[in-house]
Amino acid sequence: MKVVFEYTHGMTREDSIYCPGCTHGIAHRLIMEALEEMQLLSETIGISPVGCSILAHRYMNVDMCEASHGRAPAIATGIKRVQPDCTVFTYQGDGDLASIGTGEIIHAAHRGEKFTTFFINNAIYGMTGGQMAPTTLIGQKTTTTPEGRSELLCGKPLRMAEMIATIEGAVFVERVSLDSPSSIFKAKKVIKKAIQIQQQKLGFGFVEILSTCPTNWGMAPIDAMAWLRTNMIPYFPLGNLKSPGETDASKSVKGRRNK
Amino acid sequence: MGRGLVKFDQERCKGCCLCVSVCPVKIIEMNTLKINSKGYHTADVLDIDQCIGCGNCAIICPDGAISVYIK
Amino acid sequence: MNEKVLMKGNEAFAEAAIRNDCKYYFGYPITPQNEIPEYMARELPKAGGVFVQAESELAAIHMAYGAAAAGGRVLISSSSPGIALMQEGFSFLCSAEMPCVIINVSRGGPGIGTILPGQADYYQATKGGGNGDYHLIVLAPASIQESIMLIGKAFELTDSYRNPVMILVDGMIGQMMEPVTMPARHSGTRVEKPWALTGTKGQRTHNVVKSVYLKAEELEAWNWHLLKKYDQIKTNEVRYETQDLENASIIFVAYGTTSRIVKEAMAMLADEGIKTGLIRPISLWPYPYEAFTEIPSSVTSVICVELSQGQMIDDVKIGLNGKLPVSYLGRFGGSVISAEEVVNEAKKRLGMI
Repeated sequence: MKVVFEYTHGMTREDSIYCPGCTHGIAHRLIMEALEEMQLLSETIGISPVGCSILAHRYMNVDMCEASHGRAPAIATGIKRVQPDCTVFTYQGDGDLASIGTGEIIHAAHRGEKFTTFFINNAIYGMTGGQMAPTTLIGQKTTTTPEGRSELLCGKPLRMAEMIATIEGAVFVERVSLDSPSSIFKAKKVIKKAIQIQQQKLGFGFVEILSTCPTNWGMAPIDAMAWLRTNMIPYFPLGNLKSPGETDASKSVKGRRNK
Repeated sequence: MGRGLVKFDQERCKGCCLCVSVCPVKIIEMNTLKINSKGYHTADVLDIDQCIGCGNCAIICPDGAISVYIK
Repeated sequence: MNEKVLMKGNEAFAEAAIRNDCKYYFGYPITPQNEIPEYMARELPKAGGVFVQAESELAAIHMAYGAAAAGGRVLISSSSPGIALMQEGFSFLCSAEMPCVIINVSRGGPGIGTILPGQADYYQATKGGGNGDYHLIVLAPASIQESIMLIGKAFELTDSYRNPVMILVDGMIGQMMEPVTMPARHSGTRVEKPWALTGTKGQRTHNVVKSVYLKAEELEAWNWHLLKKYDQIKTNEVRYETQDLENASIIFVAYGTTSRIVKEAMAMLADEGIKTGLIRPISLWPYPYEAFTEIPSSVTSVICVELSQGQMIDDVKIGLNGKLPVSYLGRFGGSVISAEEVVNEAKKRLGMI
């Protein structure tokens, strides 16, 4: 009997507290699968955020450090400087990285820190019950934008991958999605690529992973995947924004959207 | 007649239905007659002989509830 | 190795850390401690260490947390407003039991305040500005030489108790120059850290460094664990100096730079036949309450002298337990008290003026 799919040893067998259909389960697994396939599990240290995935350390079967809100890139900097031969990654949500943690992520990229950040963008704050995130879409209803996000009051959603791509120290920046098996397949390839670039010590790597939050979006998981496809991808276009050797972030939103 | 074989760990399943939506041969269904110890209706395979072993269900399952093999 | 060199406080602190095998420093510029990151930038790489200028004190404390979690021997430094930003990090370090030495070269506040010396971070250091029940071990040297000694002690204590240790000096000691002797480079045994994040290497289950315990029974048990450790520290790590307690009529309580000024005042009073004594806390946490049991019956009052509005005085009152009246004498806002002011206060207390 040939194995097509078995759950990776990179994940512990503990049942997760994530909601039914939450894409954290998929994102966690892809990263751990990639590390297992690259035989890096025993050399890896991960940093988990504050957010729904605060308990990621229970599910990811590698040395894990809990971070305070937004500070994961600073903690990863400290860890990577002490253990430069370990594979170090941060796993952060949209509040953690794009709100309270903007200073730390920009400076980690700016210094060209040789770790990889996986940014889970689901356009809402999950753990705290569905408030607006910096990536919440215009018109999207949340508990702090009950009439829908207004550009006048809250500004337009933040495109983190584009922002990070303008920083010289960030050598690999790509945005992927988890809305279908084929997207998930592509996302894993990109995750592996990012880890490879860390192995080559080329600089900072950033993978933005478009995700769902069925509970706080108020829809069934299947509908949430469709909503992501229809609403998030047009504003947060998928694709590579920067690869090693490229010095300018000329792969604009417009350019990629038109592909 | 498919060569695929899937195993569903009913206790890990949270009834999210994502696997149902991606099965190309439409052989996964939610079993509304029983619930697991977590209180969820779980995914069940209707006709395992039709399984082509594509792995879509396992790839999209957030909870590691599915294993897929080719006979 | 044993020759005396004239050194600026801040530079001596940095060199003392390097001599004690500190390998990682993360800092952000803030006056009056900038010589520490600058010295570390020059010298730490030469000693095989890593210097990172962080983008803020928020980042620096978290870099330190990460480095400590990965098994590194870490020093960070800042001054009062920067230390204010690090409070969250201290709470995390204490809960996660991460070793780290912190130097606060304190200045007048509140807010931006001034770059001149102050002792108004006593509450911040000893009563905690971060959330939850935790304690930093806080050591307050009164000279550059004592700072060098206490920095070495701090690295020992932080590793043996797995708790952060703060060296609380004021800007005066950081900026002054004194002749000092540096210890030889520490090449002793390092403490084993089986809990550190180093990658499992396929030889153990994965380590987790955390402070989250969502279930009440788990967090309460963790707090008991920390409490027992703090009780051990209170038993074993109290440090203080007393001077001329015998037959004294007034006892001063002062730490850091202020204690040196008080000693000068005591000499002036002694010249006039007025006997005064000093209790100089060296550990501010754990506080040397037991020192107050040594006060002789000749003493009629206690004067707590601080460069603040009066923060340590609370602990002096606890130590005295109502046995003697205690009054506050101080200057703040960057002003430093003079020996004459201390002399006058003592005379007032004795009804002489």
